[in-house]
Amino acid sequence: MLLDALQKVGHIVLHSLSAVGRMGLFLLQIVVCALTPPWKGRLVLNRIVFIGTQSVLVIALTGGFTGMVLALQGYHALSRFGSDAFLGPLVAMSLVRELGPVVAALMVTGRAGSAITAEIGIMRISEQLDAMELMGLNPFRYVVVPNLLAAMIAMPLLTAMFDVIGIWGGYLIGVRTLGMSGGTYLAEVAQYLEWSDISGGIWKSLTFGVIICWVSCYKGWHAGFGAEGVSRATTQAVVLASVLILVWDYFMTSVLF
Amino acid sequence: MDAMIRVVDVHKAFDEVPVLDGVSFSIPKGHFAALIGRSGHGKSVLLRHLAGLVRPDRGQVFVDGEDLAHLGGHALRRLRRRFGFVFQGGALFDSMTVLDNVAFPLRECLRLPERSVRERVATALAQVGLSGSEAKLPAQISGGMGKRVALARALVLEPEILFFDEPTTGLDPITAQSILDLIARCQRDLGFTGVMVSHQIPRVFDITQQVLVLHRGQVRFDGTPEQLRVSTDEVILGLLGAEDAAGSNGRSRNGLET
Ligand SMILES: Nc1ncnc2c1ncn2[C@@H]1O[C@H](COP(=O)(O)OP(=O)(O)OP(=O)(O)O)[C@@H](O)[C@H]1O
Ligand SMILES: [Mg+2]
Repeated sequence: MLLDALQKVGHIVLHSLSAVGRMGLFLLQIVVCALTPPWKGRLVLNRIVFIGTQSVLVIALTGGFTGMVLALQGYHALSRFGSDAFLGPLVAMSLVRELGPVVAALMVTGRAGSAITAEIGIMRISEQLDAMELMGLNPFRYVVVPNLLAAMIAMPLLTAMFDVIGIWGGYLIGVRTLGMSGGTYLAEVAQYLEWSDISGGIWKSLTFGVIICWVSCYKGWHAGFGAEGVSRATTQAVVLASVLILVWDYFMTSVLF
Repeated sequence: MDAMIRVVDVHKAFDEVPVLDGVSFSIPKGHFAALIGRSGHGKSVLLRHLAGLVRPDRGQVFVDGEDLAHLGGHALRRLRRRFGFVFQGGALFDSMTVLDNVAFPLRECLRLPERSVRERVATALAQVGLSGSEAKLPAQISGGMGKRVALARALVLEPEILFFDEPTTGLDPITAQSILDLIARCQRDLGFTGVMVSHQIPRVFDITQQVLVLHRGQVRFDGTPEQLRVSTDEVILGLLGAEDAAGSNGRSRNGLET
């Protein structure tokens, strides 16, 4: 009885360890391929359009509303201490350091990460990846590396957009609705927001881009059989990427700031 | 004679169910072999072993004297540049047009200038009777057309070694015959070594020099079509009879068993 349970636990531990190992090797393989020619510039551009350009609307909407709700909540909290003049820095810092990179990454995971998994998964089950392999080509260069490079380029830009629109949304609420002075809002942002806040946010978004691409490509690459395998892989990719983003965000925050 | 493909005692099991159970044979250079057998007896799996897509649990596969299991990524890719493979399901790149599908190996493997790419693609598509479908996506063409595009894509590089997994299944008899003729003509012109899984019995015997019968994961017969015709093995008799009847009924398999 006890032995049985132990055996089960052992199985699970071994299983997860080997999964972690495989994912690590996969990442290593992506990095090696990404650093060596030939690069597929056109495919990278395509993927930037897919991951980046096509996410703009979603990022603008979520960014705007995140900034607005931050301003509403922040104003109430700050006005209790009579320090509502600091609304600008509060909104800006929360966005730039934390919410911008994280929420943007979660949105892109849901929008593009899941699609990447499904796409690669379908290529796997319909043997398109094997077909490439049999032409003597490395499918990694065609379906994985372009996604990685595109995500690393698009994520910081999307995050920057999220931040700017969020700060503007906060301005809208603070100044237009709550009657703060617009000059104060912006001046305080300029005074308190530091370069290290911004660069930290950019670093975060860059690594989140890697996580999104890594997880979603890995899950698609190892999709099981049939439509069910692909749908399971897609769900797993979104959940795993989101969890990893939040966990990694904690580590980044504790190291960076 | 030089063996281009040599398989030595290959075993393969999926989830402990043996699929290949000690398969050995060899195919001389320039020979075209038919691989026949009942559905689900491991033909596609064997073909994937020959191309190095699957590694055997035990045994070896030699192509042109090289053990596939011992080739690293780079050497394996170099060897595969000499391969062509027509998948049972076509495996067309579904985000690309027919033209781009056939052009893909030319552009990516040979890096030909765009003008000669177009020329060769046009010739290849004309060969399989698909001129005029260049701009269509794989989802917009019929299953049989897809098979022919896959065939054009495999032939366009004029490879030395070609594997066909049921290139004519699901086609009407006339198209099927013309595809077989095309394959035979290419085989004469290019002299490739080939293996073709096919249910087109007995027509496939007219274009092949060797027949392999796979039965329950083992090679039940390995010889010339003439030898096969006089065989008294009941499995082979059954196969010939059954497949003859099935062939003339224009048997359709809609991928349920694939
Ligand atoms: N990846 C796999 N995982 C588990 N089992 C598999 C796998 N691939 C093939 N099999 C099993 O191997 C056996 C042989 O399959 P295979 O596709 O080679 O048949 P086949 O001879 O090509 O049949 P058909 O003429 O219908 O194409 C089948 O029983 C199948 O279930
Ligand atoms: Mg098959």
